[in-house]
Amino acid sequence: MSNYFSPFVLPFLIGVIALITICIIKYIRWYKQFNRVQKTLLLKNILSWKFLSAIWETVWEALFHRKVFKRNFLLGYMHSSIALGWFLLILVGAVETELAVNGPKPFWTGIFYRYFIHDPQAFKHAAFFAHLMDFILLYVLSGVILAYIKSIYSRLFGMKKTSKHVVFDRFTKFSLWLIFPLRLLSESFTATLYNNGGFLTQGLGDMINYTVADVLEIPAWTLYSFALGTFFVAMPFSRYMHIFTEVILIFLRKWGLSENEQVSGFTMYELSACSRCGICIDNCPLYKDLQLQGVQSIYFLRDLRYKRPKEEIADNCLMCNRCMAECPVGLDLMTIRRQMRNKKELDTESNYKYIDNLQAFNSIGRVVYFAGCMSHLTPGIVDAMLNIFDKVNQKYWFMDKDKTICCGRPLWQQGFSIQASELRRKNTQLIKQSGANMLVTSCPICYQSFKKEYNLPIQVMHHTEYIHGLIKSGQLKVRKDDLKVVYHDPCELGRGCGIYQAPRQILKSITTLLKTKNEKDKSLCCGYNLGNTVISLEQQTKIRNAAMDSLLSKHPDLIVTACPMCKKAFKRATDCNVKDIAELVKENMIL
Amino acid sequence: MTNFGFKISNTRVIHLDECKMELVRKLYKEEPSFKRCISCGACAATCSARQFTDFNIRKLHTLFRRAQYEGVQQALKACMLCGKCTLVCPRGVNLRSLIIHMRKILFEANKK
Repeated sequence: MSNYFSPFVLPFLIGVIALITICIIKYIRWYKQFNRVQKTLLLKNILSWKFLSAIWETVWEALFHRKVFKRNFLLGYMHSSIALGWFLLILVGAVETELAVNGPKPFWTGIFYRYFIHDPQAFKHAAFFAHLMDFILLYVLSGVILAYIKSIYSRLFGMKKTSKHVVFDRFTKFSLWLIFPLRLLSESFTATLYNNGGFLTQGLGDMINYTVADVLEIPAWTLYSFALGTFFVAMPFSRYMHIFTEVILIFLRKWGLSENEQVSGFTMYELSACSRCGICIDNCPLYKDLQLQGVQSIYFLRDLRYKRPKEEIADNCLMCNRCMAECPVGLDLMTIRRQMRNKKELDTESNYKYIDNLQAFNSIGRVVYFAGCMSHLTPGIVDAMLNIFDKVNQKYWFMDKDKTICCGRPLWQQGFSIQASELRRKNTQLIKQSGANMLVTSCPICYQSFKKEYNLPIQVMHHTEYIHGLIKSGQLKVRKDDLKVVYHDPCELGRGCGIYQAPRQILKSITTLLKTKNEKDKSLCCGYNLGNTVISLEQQTKIRNAAMDSLLSKHPDLIVTACPMCKKAFKRATDCNVKDIAELVKENMIL
Repeated sequence: MTNFGFKISNTRVIHLDECKMELVRKLYKEEPSFKRCISCGACAATCSARQFTDFNIRKLHTLFRRAQYEGVQQALKACMLCGKCTLVCPRGVNLRSLIIHMRKILFEANKK
């Protein structure tokens, strides 16, 4: 044992012990905060085959960073070289030690391998391993150099704005950046003295004077050990806590755990799994179009984690889901945002006694049509839908014809969950009593609510899906027009519910659909989203104009969307015709 | 008496000295767009809750503006926050935010 000990190991050793202890304490504390459902799920699934797919995802996402690669090659390379490279250094180092030393040895031998094992022919393929380790070190170093370049010129990595970190995070980052150059330096000194390096360390070592190396060897290894120790102690309190937490989160998700109405242990894992990479910043309309800073998910999660959330920041989010779609860790950012909007004492019971008397219409064999509040402000959409129902001889019950009960999602998004559930209860009761077998809605907000927050026993469809079904089955015939159109994906319908194909299929059968730069999950929010109550009309207008410019850049004859709110937003600002998809279908039905 | 759908209010007196104007000032500070309101009533005309009950958002924010807070807190709870009023407002008043802030301010004032 004493062969493999030197006082300079101590900082590293203390760091590792501190790191493991703190992580275990934190993880146990968060586990205790799981609610009963989460705990049951965890215990039920912990020994299932999902284990394997979690390992697979860990390799792809936590080590290789596939999602970041897809976004930008250099950014992906930078992240994966540090993550995968460091992992390989530890792994290959352990294998090398195992081959070189028989019998028991302390676990740090692999970390300081070159210092403790001087013999360049310690085992059969020792030279190969020396070169391999040097190659991996070079791989990691290239990532560190890229990280340094990124902090100066981030546009090279496809990022206009990078995250602004707190001082402690920056300190931790520098200790991380120091680890690998120091390792290179110390191994080179040792290579000068004992000729046991690979192509890199030996090449560098040969250039160093023997006396200099003799004097500086121990200080260099000590500094290396200090850098490691500092990083390990600081890690659990900094953004680098994501290194382990992200892996655990992948497993938790595979085991079926998810965010809850209230803050739970899972939220704590998610908060710490955020690496503060800053990818969400460029994508946030509030930064992109309004230059608002500090409200993006990265800063919101950071403030939450350090227990200093500001109410205004929780409210200042469009809930357009763009950041969630781009997040490489796949955090449930919208749910965390909503948990923090909890209105507590304001959120009271039995506010809506006035809807109690509403009666359901006997609609056995009919379709329930729920236009939604916003559709009442765009009567064209409602009219088109009723026309389509008549055309295909579909009997319907127009549920909110005269008296509109809101679906509850606007309240729910703002944190009034008790009040929202009251509205949901009444709507559910009406729909169940009606005996209908399908619900069609014209508003993506209602659609997402019925789909996700309600638990309805009948099929729920947005009118794009419904019309697409009619056209596909031949019940509704449409003629081809020579219009060139662009389609705007509403946030709630696209990123919210994943409906991208149905509207595109309909449009392709009627018009020529032009491709736009921001489509499908990259669609831009129209700015009128109900998620945000903080920004002013002027600010909404700016976001809307940015989205519209992107659509108009293709010079279409017509902008088509599938959301009354988006339609209203665009219609106000452009000479270009704006229509809902239902209106377009109505005009092109073959009578 | 025949119901014409409206009635003439009784005369009443607002004691300016007794009005708690600080709540109104706070509301203007929290939601500055409210300063632009011209009380046109578009918000109340489009209101979903209005279809069921005598909930009248114009009346409520006008009362608030005149520091006549009595009953406003309770009445505001009928709002479903659907956002139609915000969308139709010709002056760009952020009514959803206004309603939430009115509720917040009144709740905190009555708690004390």
